[in-house]
Parts: sequence; structure tokens; C-alpha cells
Amino acid sequence: MIKFFLMVNKQGQTRLSKYYEHVEINKRTLLETEVIKSCLSRSSEQCSFIEFKDFKLIYRQYAALFIVVGVNDTENEMAIYEFIHNFVEVLDEYFSRVSELDVSFFKAVSQVFLSRQSTG
Amino acid sequence: MPAVSKGDGMRGLAVFISDIRNCKSKEAEIKRINKELANIRSKFKGDKALDGYSKKKYVCKLLFIFLLGHDIDFGHMEAVNLLSSNRYTEKQIGYLFISVLVNSNSELIRLINNAIKNDLASRNPTFMGLALHCIANVGSREMAEAFAGEIPKILVAGDTMDSVKQSAALCLLRLYRTSPDLVPMGDWTSRVVHLLNDQHLGVVTAATSLITTLAQKNPEEFKTSVSLAVSRLSRIVTSASTDLQDYTYYFVPAPWLSVKLLRLLQCYPPPEDPAVRGRLTECLETILNKAQEPPKSKKVQHSNAKNAVLFEAISLIIHHDSEPNLLVRACNQLGQFLQHRETNLRYLALESMCTLASSEFSHEAVKTHIETVINALKTERDVSVRQRAVDLLYAMCDRSNAQQIVAEMLSYLETADYSIREEIVLKVAILAEKYAVDYTWYVDTILNLIRIAGDYVSEEVWYRVIQIVINRDDVQGYAAKTVFEALQAPACHENLVKVGGYILGEFGNLIAGDPRSSPLIQFNLLHSKFHLCSVPTRALLLSTYIKFVNLFPEVKTTIQDVLRSDSQLKNADVELQQRAVEYLRLSTVASTDILATVLEEMPPFPERESSILAKLKKKKGPNTVTDLEDAKRERSADVNGGPEPAPASAASTPSPSADLLGLGATPPAPVGPPPSSGGLLVDVFSDSPSAVAPLAPGSEDNFARFVCKNNGVLFENQLLQIGLKSEFRQNLGRMFIFYGNKTSTQFLNFTPTLICSDDLQTNLSLQTKPVDPTVDGGAQVQQVVNIECVSDFTEAPVLNIQFRYGGTFQNVSVKLPITLNKFFQPTEMASQDFFQRWKQLSSPQQEVQNIFKAKHPMDTEITKAKIIGFGSALLEDVDPNPANFVGAGIIHTKTTQIGCLLRLEPNLQAQMYRLTLRTSKETVSQRLCELLSEQF
Repeated sequence: MIKFFLMVNKQGQTRLSKYYEHVEINKRTLLETEVIKSCLSRSSEQCSFIEFKDFKLIYRQYAALFIVVGVNDTENEMAIYEFIHNFVEVLDEYFSRVSELDVSFFKAVSQVFLSRQSTG
Repeated sequence: MPAVSKGDGMRGLAVFISDIRNCKSKEAEIKRINKELANIRSKFKGDKALDGYSKKKYVCKLLFIFLLGHDIDFGHMEAVNLLSSNRYTEKQIGYLFISVLVNSNSELIRLINNAIKNDLASRNPTFMGLALHCIANVGSREMAEAFAGEIPKILVAGDTMDSVKQSAALCLLRLYRTSPDLVPMGDWTSRVVHLLNDQHLGVVTAATSLITTLAQKNPEEFKTSVSLAVSRLSRIVTSASTDLQDYTYYFVPAPWLSVKLLRLLQCYPPPEDPAVRGRLTECLETILNKAQEPPKSKKVQHSNAKNAVLFEAISLIIHHDSEPNLLVRACNQLGQFLQHRETNLRYLALESMCTLASSEFSHEAVKTHIETVINALKTERDVSVRQRAVDLLYAMCDRSNAQQIVAEMLSYLETADYSIREEIVLKVAILAEKYAVDYTWYVDTILNLIRIAGDYVSEEVWYRVIQIVINRDDVQGYAAKTVFEALQAPACHENLVKVGGYILGEFGNLIAGDPRSSPLIQFNLLHSKFHLCSVPTRALLLSTYIKFVNLFPEVKTTIQDVLRSDSQLKNADVELQQRAVEYLRLSTVASTDILATVLEEMPPFPERESSILAKLKKKKGPNTVTDLEDAKRERSADVNGGPEPAPASAASTPSPSADLLGLGATPPAPVGPPPSSGGLLVDVFSDSPSAVAPLAPGSEDNFARFVCKNNGVLFENQLLQIGLKSEFRQNLGRMFIFYGNKTSTQFLNFTPTLICSDDLQTNLSLQTKPVDPTVDGGAQVQQVVNIECVSDFTEAPVLNIQFRYGGTFQNVSVKLPITLNKFFQPTEMASQDFFQRWKQLSSPQQEVQNIFKAKHPMDTEITKAKIIGFGSALLEDVDPNPANFVGAGIIHTKTTQIGCLLRLEPNLQAQMYRLTLRTSKETVSQRLCELLSEQF
């Protein structure tokens, strides 16, 4: 099950976040900082799955933007990994060449896609 | 499509956004925003009624401002007004604003709910969609209260549009997750299952998610989904890559839906219907076959999607754990991935293989990859992959490869990442103990462990090595020699000093004969480390010294001198000072005899669950590896070559070093009521006093089934399964009780209690220890009960189990089948002897007879088996009438032995039996007759 979906850039600015489990607002910032920190510290040789506290992070990097999905341990990692890409493709289609700016300025649109797709 | 995009006409908004973008500084931005806020406020407050368009525009601006991170404290009312607009774009902005900024303002909630209700009833699919999205996004309890009853109706109504059904399913899923108690199960559940057959794959996907979550909690209600899911899956995997149009992703047909269906199937055991089962097996084979086919596309997306399905299929195969062929194929497939150039695949292959290792069908197949896995441990650049490799090695370890695996783990430990060292240490310690054939190897391994990673060796690990050395006398001399040698190193880890101190204190005498390790040399060696050690270690060493005084009278004066020195007697640490004073005094005043008694060798430790294993479990939390561990242990209980259980009566002897006994676990908890309690013992372990449940229905029947057999399932309901395995010899017995959590949720405060009446308690002694209070979903815990029959008894103990499952308190009681006949030893005798004894037992109190109707078909072979299962010998050719059965045996109790003879005369015409028992004790005859009569 997906716990949250984040888009964060290399500077640690969150561009899009969606939580499927209740997390308090002030804890979110902390969580997001930790999440991006652990993603940034990894090299491309390393795998895209991180065990993080009691759940798992699955991430992909697109230029300077990280998309990170937090899931519980019964989730299929590969399916989520590819789901991220599918999501990006949809955004790409909609914005014709999606960029970080598009996402940050059209959060609402991205939200709509996300809620339609992430049925998990 | 959403309206915030280009060309929608909201010029004001576009201008505002570009203004903000052009702001050079934060201050400028705030200034611009404040200006806008003032403007909007005046518009909203103005006398002139705003039209929908302007309202939408201003609400939009507010939303934008909020999303930039500024507080918004007005505009809610205007947003709610937008909900009742008939224009899609206005309604949508209204919902968006509410979804993002909703608060529990009761006044507003009522208005919002009203608007949603209207939209749900509107039959306009877009409006219904918006309303459902809003409910799902907010997902609050209030929303659930208002709509949880409504949405199932929309979901299963025949005329609902596909897109609405999809949204309704997801919305319901969301509400069920937040407030499961508010979503009523009902007629709709059976109709929801049929959505799996829907033509629209979007609906199927949404429905699968919903059903999977619901089925986890209510498996019975959604049982029919299995066959539907299988046939849907089968249609997907066999479809051509272009059949499913939109749902084909890089030539893979509906990968996410396949994954979801496979996950749904994992909520259930393998299908019983052979047709469904065959079809599923076919699907799984097709998926495995496809992995071998050349890819239809070179794109990585294609293979990723294909592998996602493959991994989920493998999870299902492992979950079913019933098709050896599939399991082995899965293992081979994963074996290929182990060498794949993609790190992700290697990681996932290691992870899945870890669970495969626990299946008896594929354990051997997994073991063939040992070299690859060891290689991964050495060469992988990613620590998380290496971690998985360690887990897998741990899971595939058994007696045949333990030495190799432990050696590899030890050598990896030297360079391992700090983050995972402690865990590896625990794993090595557990494997070394579990698979030790030769305990000298065990001692070497643990000492090596301390040498390589002393800092990561937790208390439990060195406690455990001491427990084992104390309990096994064949290794004590070797251990003493080895620690002595290890202590020679100029710098050794403090943990080694602790182990060394303890072992030499107990068994130093075993190596004292060698002049190279004479008492004085041993003492000097230990004392050379003394000043470098921390207070607890020094305290331990002081105890060692006093033990030396007893073992080696020749070093007594040297030790007394040390104890007498200022640094000991006047030590600032009160514990050390006290020990020094007391030990010194003890060594001066006590006679040799008293010393020898007080400082006697430590008694063996009661056998208990390895404290290390407990630690690993605690560290990892709910974790596949440890679950596996349990599964594995259960499968092959004999693999555990641990020391034979020592008598549980090993309470500490009065020894000044008794504190050393505090090694880890609590003392064996007393079972049976304290003498003061009258009647029933009520749950001594639980913190909340709670009543014991009445016996579970069917408990008596189950109880009767166990009279003639020792193993099987004693109790089962939807949550819990209790299995038994027991063995009896003479007046002693041991019963293994297995508690299986059938759900996917943890049981908390899990407390099984054995209850004996006062009467029973004097005749039957039961010893056990509490089990881990948490039982993870799908896991099984084991409890051992040591049984001693003191005297003959009639009642049976009651096993009461209390635990919390998802917030509800569960209380189950069952009768534990420990019956008098379990202590039977069969006795063979000839016809003559039999009748001679039969005659001797002829007084009326000694004989008990019962004539009863047969409850089961009268089958000679079954009857024979039952008499043997009952425990007596079945004597052939004794009774002149060959249709009769006679048996003989001795009941062993601690106090006496009671000879028993029995005779069973079947009457086929009348379908009756006559059972006669003659024993030397009336109560025994009576009880055995009762027990056996129930069996036919």
C-alpha cells in the first residue's frame, strides 16, 4: 500500500506531496527532509529501494527532481517503480515536455492525475 | 480536463500568478499577496453579488496563495457556494478548495455534505465524480458517517457509469481505511465481487484494490472473488499485447492490474476447486514462461513492467507453498536475476529468495545459489543489497552449510557497514548455536565474533555462550582453554574479558593442570585486564576471584591481598567496594566446606528461547526473516541441536555471585496457581485482570480426539489456530503448543495461561514460560509445557488465551488434552499371565465396566489403532474370543505405578460395546473407562 507520494528537487524543496495516511503537517516537513536526504546520498549504482524506518522508499530521479514513493512492506517494488515512470509519462503527455516548473505551478493538475492513477 | 490551465479565461489569475513569479524578493511577494488578499476581501464583502465566474477566480487566487504557503482565513463560504453551481469549472474549483482547505467547522461541514449529497444524486457523472473525489480526498470521519452507506449503492447500481464506479470504489476504499467500522458490510459485497468481471479495466482495477483490502479483514465474505480473479487474470496473461489498448504498457498487458489480482489471491489459500486451481497454475506458468521469452521491446519500461508481474506471481507461489514444480521454477528464475546487471533486480531477487528458502519444496533449490550469494556479499557496491544477501544466507542456512555460511559472515563482518554489524553479529551467534554439531566450533565462532566485532556483541550474545558452556560439560574444558588463549592477546575486547572471567571462574580448574595455565597464571592474566575494564566487568571479575579462592586454595593469599588493597576495599564505586569487603570476609571466615558449597559450580540454566533470537526479533520488528525462522523451526523441530532442557528447578543456589545468574531472561514463570488462590487461577501474567472465557464450542469434541493421539490441531477460529505436538515417557511429558496468527495483523498482549484446579494441581505439575506478547500477522509462536504426572488425575487443565486483535479483546479457553492414559507404558504378556492378573484384580472396587452404544462404525482395525493410541499394549491371541480386544499397560505417576488391564467386547448385532477395566486403583479404572468409552 502506498503511504505517500513525493516530488522533491535536489535542493530539498517539495514540489508535490500526497499522503495516503495521516501525517501531521509539521512532521511532514521533517519526514520529507529525511527522505530526500537518504535519496540524495545514493549513487546510481545503488538500487532504487531504501528501507526507511518501518517502511520502504522507492525512488526515481528525473534530472534534478526525485520522485519518492513510501510504501509498506507488502507492496510490489517493481510495480511502484514503474508506476512512477508511468505517472511521469502522463504528465509529459499533458504538459508536452514536463519540467519541474510545470509541476510546481500546476500542482492541482498533477494532483488530479495522481489521485486518478494511484489506486493503491 | 481541469480548468486551471491555459486559455480558460481567468486572466486576473494569470496576471496575478505572473506578478508573483516576477517578484524579485520574498518581501515583494508578500506585499503583492497582501494587496491581492485585501482586494479579494473587499470583493467578497462588497454589496454587489458576485457572479460565479468572479467567485471562481477569487477562490482560485486564494487557493494559489494558500499553496504558496500563506494562511487563508476567509473565502470558505464562497467556495461552498461554488459547489452548487451548475458549471463544471466552478464546481471543480469549489471542490478543490474544500479538499485542500477543509477544516472541521461544523457549520460548513453540514453545507458541504449537503452539496455533495445533491451531486451524488444528480446522475451527472462528472458531478458525481467530483463529489466522490472530494469525499475521498477529505476522508474524514464526518464524511464517512455521512456517506459510507450511500457509496456502496452507487458502486453496485446497474446504471452507474464506469468512471463513476471507478471513483466510487476508490472512495469507499479510502473511507474503509480511515473508518472501517463505519462501512457496513451487506448485500452489496457479493455484487462488488462481480465487478472483477466488468468490461472496463479501470473499474476492475479499482474494484480489485477495494476487494483486496476488504478481503483481508473479512475473508469469508469475499471468498467468491478467488475464481473471478483467476479467470480475469487468465484472460489478461493470455491476451495479445495489443488487446487491452489503453491498459497495455509497453507491450505488457495491464501490468498493474495483474499485480493487484495476484495480490488479491494472496489473501486466500490455494483454490480448492481443481478447475480454478488448474487455471491459476496455468496462469502462473505462463507468467514464468514469458520471463524466458525474448523481450517484445528493448525499452526498460517493458521489462520492468513484466518483472513487476513476475515478482508478484512468485510471491503468490510462495504464499501458496503447495506446488513444488512452480516453487523450483520460481527459484531458478530468481537465480538468473541474482546475476542480472540491474541492481534493482538483484535486490528483489535476493529478497524474494529469502522467503523461498523457507519452503521445504524450494529450500534445496535455493541452496544451490549459495556461491552467488556469497559473492554478492563480497562484491555488491550497495549496502542494502549486501544486507539482503546476509538475510538470504541466514535463511538458507541449515546443518549442511552452516560452517561455510558462518565463516563467510564472519569474514564479511570485518569489513561490514557499521549500520548492519550488530544484526550480523546476532545472526552469526544464532546460526552458530543452532547448527552446532560440535560445540568447540560454537565456542570458537563466538570468541571470533567478539574479537572481530566486540563492540557490536550485545549482552545477550555473551550471556548465551556462557549458558551453553555451563549446560554442556563436554565443551567446558575446551572453552576454558580457548578463552585463556584468547585472553593472551595484548588488547582484547571487554566482552571477551567478561566471558573469560566467567568461564575461568567456573572451569579454570579444568586447565589448571597445565603448567602454562596454572592458577596463578590464570589469575594474573585476568587481573592484568582488571584496571582497563568498566565497573560491571570488574564486579564480575571480583566474583571470579572469589571462585578462584574456592577452586585453587594455593592462590587464596594472593587474591586476599588484591581484595584487601585500597583500590578495592575503598573503591569509590559502592558495588565494587561491597563485593571486595564481602568476598574478603567470606574467604577469611568460611571453612573450606562452606566455601565449596557457597561457591559451587553454577547449576545448568533452564532451557529457554535463545535470548539472542528474542533480541533479533525485537530489533527487526515484524520481519520476514524471523517469521521464517519460526516457520523453519516448526518444520524441523529436530534441527535445533540445542542442549537438552535442564531441569527447570534450577533456581539459583545461594551463591554470592548469584547476580551473575541474572543472565537475560526472567526465571521460569511459575505455572499453576499460587497456594493461596482458591479455585481458578486467573491470569497471573496479564496486566489487566480479566475473566477467563468459558470453554470454546467444540472444545470437548476436540479434547476427545486427542485422547488416542498426540499431535494435531486443537482449536481453530478465524483468527487463531492452536496446534499440539506432544510426547510422553513414563510419568513425564512435553507438549509443544503452537499458536498461529491467521490474520495479517499483530496480536498484542498475547497471553496464554494454563489453569488447573487445586485438585488437579496437586496431581499434575505443569511448567511453562510466557510467550512473546506480540504475535505478528501470519506468524506462529511456540510454547513448551513440561508435564509431570505426580499422581492419577481425572480433570484436564484448561488453556486460556487472551490477546488484543485490532483493538478488540479476544478470550478463548480450550481444554488441554493431557489425560491420564498419556502416562501409559504398554506391557506385553502372554494369555496365561493376563488371566492370572485379571483374577488378582477381582475386587469390586478394582473393576469398572461400561456398556455403551457404538458412536462410530465398528471397524476392527480402527479399534485396534485406538487401543494402541490409548497407550496400552494390544494383546493378540489372549482372549478366547478373537472378536474381543484386550490390552495391558502400566500408568506411571511420580508416586506409584498402576497396572491396568482392559477388555473390550464388541457386539456387532447390537452395535454395542462392553468395556471392562481392571486396575489396582479404583479412580484410575474409573477415569480410563470414561476416557476410552468416548472413543468408540
